[in-house]
Amino acid sequence: MGCLSAHGTSAAVVCVVGLKSQSGVSMGSSGRSSFTVLPSLLRLRERCATTLYSLKPVSRGGTGSSSLSCLLKVTDFVAGLEKALLTSLYSGSTDQLTALRLRLLGLLRGSDVSRILIRSGICTEPFGTLLLAVPSSKMSVFGPVVKIHPVVLASICDSYERRNEGASRVIGTLLGTIDKHSIEVTNCFSVPHNESEDEVAVDMEFAKNMYELHKRVSPTEVIIGWYATGFDITEHSVLIHEYYSREASNPIHLTADTALQSGKMNIRAYVSAQMGVPGKTVGVMFTPLTVKYVYYDTERIGVDLLQRTRVTPSRTKGLTSDLSQVAGSAARIQDMLTTVLAYIEDVLSGKVTADNSVGRFLMDLVNKVPTISAEDFENMLNSNINDLLMVTYLSNLTQAQIALNEKLVLL
Amino acid sequence: KEQRKENHKSVAGGMKNTAALILLFLFSQVVLKIIKHYQEEGQGSEVVQGVLLGLVVDDRLEITNCFPFPQHTEDDADFDEVQYQMEMMRSLRHVNIDHLHVGWYQSTYYGSFVSRALLDSQFSYQHAIEESVVLIYDPIKTAQGSLSLKAYRLTPKLMEICKEKDFTPEGLKKANIGFEHMFEEVPIVIKNSHLINVLLWELEDKSTVADKHELLNLSSSNHLEKSLQLLMDRVDDMSQDIVKYNTYSRNLSKQQQQKHQYLQRRQQENAQRQSRGEPPLPEEDINKMFKPPQPPPRMDTLLIAGQINNYCQNVKEFTSQNLGKLFMAEALQGHN
Repeated sequence: MGCLSAHGTSAAVVCVVGLKSQSGVSMGSSGRSSFTVLPSLLRLRERCATTLYSLKPVSRGGTGSSSLSCLLKVTDFVAGLEKALLTSLYSGSTDQLTALRLRLLGLLRGSDVSRILIRSGICTEPFGTLLLAVPSSKMSVFGPVVKIHPVVLASICDSYERRNEGASRVIGTLLGTIDKHSIEVTNCFSVPHNESEDEVAVDMEFAKNMYELHKRVSPTEVIIGWYATGFDITEHSVLIHEYYSREASNPIHLTADTALQSGKMNIRAYVSAQMGVPGKTVGVMFTPLTVKYVYYDTERIGVDLLQRTRVTPSRTKGLTSDLSQVAGSAARIQDMLTTVLAYIEDVLSGKVTADNSVGRFLMDLVNKVPTISAEDFENMLNSNINDLLMVTYLSNLTQAQIALNEKLVLL
Repeated sequence: KEQRKENHKSVAGGMKNTAALILLFLFSQVVLKIIKHYQEEGQGSEVVQGVLLGLVVDDRLEITNCFPFPQHTEDDADFDEVQYQMEMMRSLRHVNIDHLHVGWYQSTYYGSFVSRALLDSQFSYQHAIEESVVLIYDPIKTAQGSLSLKAYRLTPKLMEICKEKDFTPEGLKKANIGFEHMFEEVPIVIKNSHLINVLLWELEDKSTVADKHELLNLSSSNHLEKSLQLLMDRVDDMSQDIVKYNTYSRNLSKQQQQKHQYLQRRQQENAQRQSRGEPPLPEEDINKMFKPPQPPPRMDTLLIAGQINNYCQNVKEFTSQNLGKLFMAEALQGHN
């Protein structure tokens, strides 16, 4: 069906899976989740239909109805997958589970074009709205936005891998800065704790100590909440949350599903809110917050390098230097250009209907190359090259000089 | 602390004495933590430092975690540092993080890190723990597009010299060490566990931020200027050092000549006296009369030479990259 519906499929799957995990999480352990999931699947279908109608103006041409039908087919497919997942959960066959998880993951990785076009920043608008429209409309926007740095997530994963025998999850403190409308999480450390069926013990001394030590290095960071690995929020979490509300006003609670129970590492943040009948039993409800990932510039570059370790089977990557880096960067741009060219070919040959906003972005791209008269450009190029060559010559000369000096001294 | 040293010694003893490190495995959280530390606490030409923790496996060093040092703002920095370190390591041990001290990291400004302080610190580290490395993080180069992390150790030859503290020209001549053999670089490989892999997939899915193509930025003059300025300063230092050494050697040779002349005159006088039958003049202590001039310490020269070498390497790398970029730009214009 061409590029537009291909990524429509992946978008649908993303939103479907996202919704499913959202609705399944709020209360209860995995035993009870099956009851909450099945009715939510019906809600899913309605939701997808409504969102697609709201998205119609973006997807031009007559693709509205065709993508709707394909979307419904997808929801059927995913519903089937979910059912299979649940039965295998009950029957406890882990192989089937992992196979299903892998299939879901595979679906999510589809559609190169949209991903590449977005990543190259050429057009974020049309595809971006499709991908992000549904989850953000479902996620609550109550409270501040939580911005997480990748260093926090890497530390959480690492402390989960190093947990004690028998511990099913790890908890720790989050440090960061609070703004008017957002909370930025920049650091974290894990706190040892013991958890059993009826009681939970957290080493508070340790937490205080660590916080003091951290404060000496970065005095601007304050305790803003705590994190826990795992899929659900248990009763113990309420107790721990209470402790943390003594340390920080309105702490946030971050969960990272490192056991990958739903095929993804769901990273979510919550704030607690009182609920219930005033005067009688009062309970605590965790309301979700929007989570964003922010990077410093240098962090972005570091993460880019780390991303490249995914492809090698041994999960390793050496640090390259010199011209090979420029070559690598050029190769990446070349890949992106070939994909864009393929898209253009498709549009020209009529396989895909043209999208005007994409076209406008392409115009921008082509016009970004400045038109300079050949002579001026020659001059600029030559003077730059001369500068660089001169500097290279000077540095070579200096190196020869000090080598000579060394030899003379040793005489 | 004694027990820790014992642990380290036993680990080190298991390896060959020269501790030839082939490879360095760096885990992603270390990279991210170092980047974050500099970004938040080290703007300008302030140097940020921290400790690396990890394990030694066969001939590889695996660095699994790190923690930063606070800046030296108070006067009682020394005492605080040791205590801070001890507390940190103890706490980290509780959460099962490797608490083996395997090195330290430092940020650098345009590549100027070859200094006496670094040498001393690295020497004390390497003396205690054979396999320790110093990880140099260059934030300015990283901001230009590619992560710049280098791991260095002192060569065995340099370790010998530092141990004996013999920095005179004769001592260095004996060791036959050149500025190129001061540090050896250990290649770094970034390693991730499977869980971090999943995390990276997640991040890529969720964050639709455009790739930063900083590496293909064409403007180069700023960086070149700074580098050349630093290079010139160092070369000035170097020339001063050379002048000092030259005067010293000239003084030395002059003194030798004077000694020689004095001895000859003495002998002549003695011969004359003997011919006249008088007792010869007593032999005076020559050394007291002609005190040999102090040989200047050569360590600084070596360091400066090493630093100049480093600058030159950086500049050459930078210029080669820029030449490539310029040719790419030319190709782009050519098709336009």
